[in-house]
Amino acid sequence: MAIFLTEDSKIIVQGMTGAEGRKHTARMLAAGTNVVGGVTPGKGGQTVEIGGELLPVFDSVEVAIDNTGADTTVVFVPPKFAKGAVIEAVDAGIGLAVVITEGIPVHDTASFWAYACASGNKTRIIGPNCPGVISPGKSNAGIIPADITSAGRIGLVSKSGTLTYQLMYELRDLGFSTAVGIGGDPIIGTTHIDALAAFEADPETELIVMIGEIGGDAEERAAAFIKDHVTKPVVGYVAGFTAPEGKTMGHAGAIVSGSSGTAAAKKEALEAAGVRVGKTPSETAELARASLVQTVSS
Amino acid sequence: MDLYEYQAKDLFAAHGVPVGPGQRVVSEAGAARDAAAEFGVPVVIKAQVKVGGRGKAGGVKLATDADEAFAKAGEILGLDIKGHTVRRVLVTPASEIAEEYYFSFLLDRTNRTFLAMASAEGGMEIELLAVERPEALAKVPVDANDGVDLATAKEIVTAANFPAEIRDAAAEVVVKLWDTFVAEDATLVEVNPLVRDPADHILALDGKVTLDESAGFRHPGHADLVDAEAEDPLEAAAKAKDLNYVKLDGQVGVIGNGAGLVMSTLDVVAYAGEEFGGVKPANFLDIGGGASAQVMADGLEIILSDPDVRSVFVNVFGGITACDAVANGIVQAFELLGSVSKPVVVRLDGNNAAEGRRILDDAALPGLRRLDTMDNAARTAAELASKGA
Repeated sequence: MAIFLTEDSKIIVQGMTGAEGRKHTARMLAAGTNVVGGVTPGKGGQTVEIGGELLPVFDSVEVAIDNTGADTTVVFVPPKFAKGAVIEAVDAGIGLAVVITEGIPVHDTASFWAYACASGNKTRIIGPNCPGVISPGKSNAGIIPADITSAGRIGLVSKSGTLTYQLMYELRDLGFSTAVGIGGDPIIGTTHIDALAAFEADPETELIVMIGEIGGDAEERAAAFIKDHVTKPVVGYVAGFTAPEGKTMGHAGAIVSGSSGTAAAKKEALEAAGVRVGKTPSETAELARASLVQTVSS
Repeated sequence: MDLYEYQAKDLFAAHGVPVGPGQRVVSEAGAARDAAAEFGVPVVIKAQVKVGGRGKAGGVKLATDADEAFAKAGEILGLDIKGHTVRRVLVTPASEIAEEYYFSFLLDRTNRTFLAMASAEGGMEIELLAVERPEALAKVPVDANDGVDLATAKEIVTAANFPAEIRDAAAEVVVKLWDTFVAEDATLVEVNPLVRDPADHILALDGKVTLDESAGFRHPGHADLVDAEAEDPLEAAAKAKDLNYVKLDGQVGVIGNGAGLVMSTLDVVAYAGEEFGGVKPANFLDIGGGASAQVMADGLEIILSDPDVRSVFVNVFGGITACDAVANGIVQAFELLGSVSKPVVVRLDGNNAAEGRRILDDAALPGLRRLDTMDNAARTAAELASKGA
C-alpha cells in the first residue's frame, strides 16, 4: 500500500530537461522509480538519456499521459512558469502533481489552487516548495534522498524537507511506509490532515510522525482532526519556539504574526489531542521508537 | 516585505485609490514646516514606522500652522515606538472626517484563498474589533481567479453595513484596492481608517501593505521600496550575498541547511542554553541544500562578524549534498577566511557522514570541534558561548 505513491505509479517530470529536473530524474530512476518521460514545451519528440535510460520528452502533460499512461507529475519548472505548469497538469486530469519549485508567488499558488478546486479537485497537489513524496523501496517523486532508509511501518508528514530527512535518518532501522513533504509555503495543496487521513486508512502504516513549524494554524487543525479521526499513535514535533514575531524564517510561510502561529500554541494543541510531542528531533525519534515497539507488542 | 504608510499610499494613488490632497515625507522638522507652509492648511504629522499603535505612542499629531508643524515634527522625529526609531514623518493636509470604516484584502492561509474584511466601525484596532464585536466585521472570501468586480465589491460593503448612500462610492474604491492587491502581488492591503468626508467622498487616510518577495521577479520597482537604512547591518550584508539570514539576540551563531532544520537548531540551542545561564541562538542562517564552500565561507564570515557571537554551531544534515562535500566546504571556508577567531562546533549527519567526519578530523582545523549528534553539539556550542569563548 503506502499512500499517494506506490510501485505502480507512472511518473513524468515537468521541466525534466532543465538542470534540476535532469539531476533529480536520475536520482528518482536510481531509486527504482518508474519515470516514463518528461514534459518541456517545444522539445516534444526528443529523447534524452538520463541515468542510462532513454526517456521521451513531450510538449504537454496531456500528450505525455496519452503516450505513457502517466498518473503522477513532478514539477521542477522555474517559479515564473510554475502556475502554467500546474494548471496544465490539472487540465490533463493527472492524479497527482508534486510541485517541488520554491519561490512561487503566492498569488500564483492561490490561482492554481482555486483552479484545481473549480475543476473538481481531481488532481491531488502536493507542495509547492516541498521535497516531494517517497514510498521507500517503491517509488520516489521528488528530491527526498532515497538511500536514508527503507520500507517500514512509519508514516511521516512534514512541512520541512531537512527535518523529514533527519527523522527518517534517526528511525532508519525501522523504515517508512511513506514520507510526505507538504511544503512550507503559505498556501499548499495537500495538508497535514490529508496525509493523516491517508495514513490512518493505510494498512501498512502503524505509527504516524507529524512535523510542523511556526506560521498559520495547520497544526492546530490537524490536532483537532487527530482527536476525532485518527486511531493510530501519532508522534509530533514543532520547530520554531525561538522564532521572533514578524520575521520570516526561511520558508515563506514560517512567520509568527501577533500571537498566532506560535510553536507553543501548536505543541499545546497537539498534546491536548493526545499526540506525544518531542522537544528535539532526537527526542521525537525516541518517542516514535517507543510508541512503535509498544504498538507492535500489544 | 512590509511598507511604510507613505509607500502604501503611493501605491494606492498609482492604482487610482483616493488618498487625500497630497502628502510629503520628510526627515527634518524644518522640512515639515516648509511642507505645512506649502499646503497652507492644518496638517497631520504622522510617524513613519512599521508598527501599529502610533497614535497612542504620540506619533500622530495635528498642526494648525507651519510653526506648529515644525514643533510637532521635532517631537515625533527620533521617538522610539515599540523599538522602532522614527526617522521620517509624513506631512499631510488634515481631512475632515464624517465617518471612519475599516477595509482590507489579505491572504487567508486556512482556507487557501483571499479574504476581504470590512467594517463600518473603523478607526479602532482591528484585532480588538474582531474579538470584541466580531459581528461588526464582515469577512468575505474572494476567489483568486474570479477577483473583485463592482458587484462583488458592493456585496462586501453591504455585508459590512456601510451606509447605503455611500456604498457605490465605496465599492469603486474597493475595486481599486483589489487592483492594487493583485497588480502589486500584495499579501495584505489594509486601510484603517477608510473615511467618508463631509462631501461623501471615500478616502484612504492610512495604508498598510505587505508585498510578496517571491513575486519580486515581476516587480523590479519593489526593490526600491526597501529601506536599507532601517535594516539590520548584518541582515543587509547577508542579503547582499543571497543568504537567508535573520539576526536574533543570543550568543551562539547558527548555520544549517534547510529552513526547518535551522529553526529546530535554534530551539535545541536555546534548550541547551538554559543550563548555561540562558545562552541563546544569535541568528537564523539557512545555507540551503547546496552548501558549497563559498556559501559556507560567506555564512561563517557574516556570523563571525557579529560581535554578539561567542561560538558557532554548524548543523548540517547531508541529504542531496553529501557530508563529504559539506566537510570539504568547511575546510575550504576556513582557508578562505584565513583565521577563525571563535570556536566552531560542527555536527554532520546523513549521507556520507563517516567520510565527512573523517575529512574534518584529518584537517584538524583550529578551534573546530566535531560532535556526532545535534543535541550534544548544541550543548557544547552553548557551553562554549557561556564561557565567553
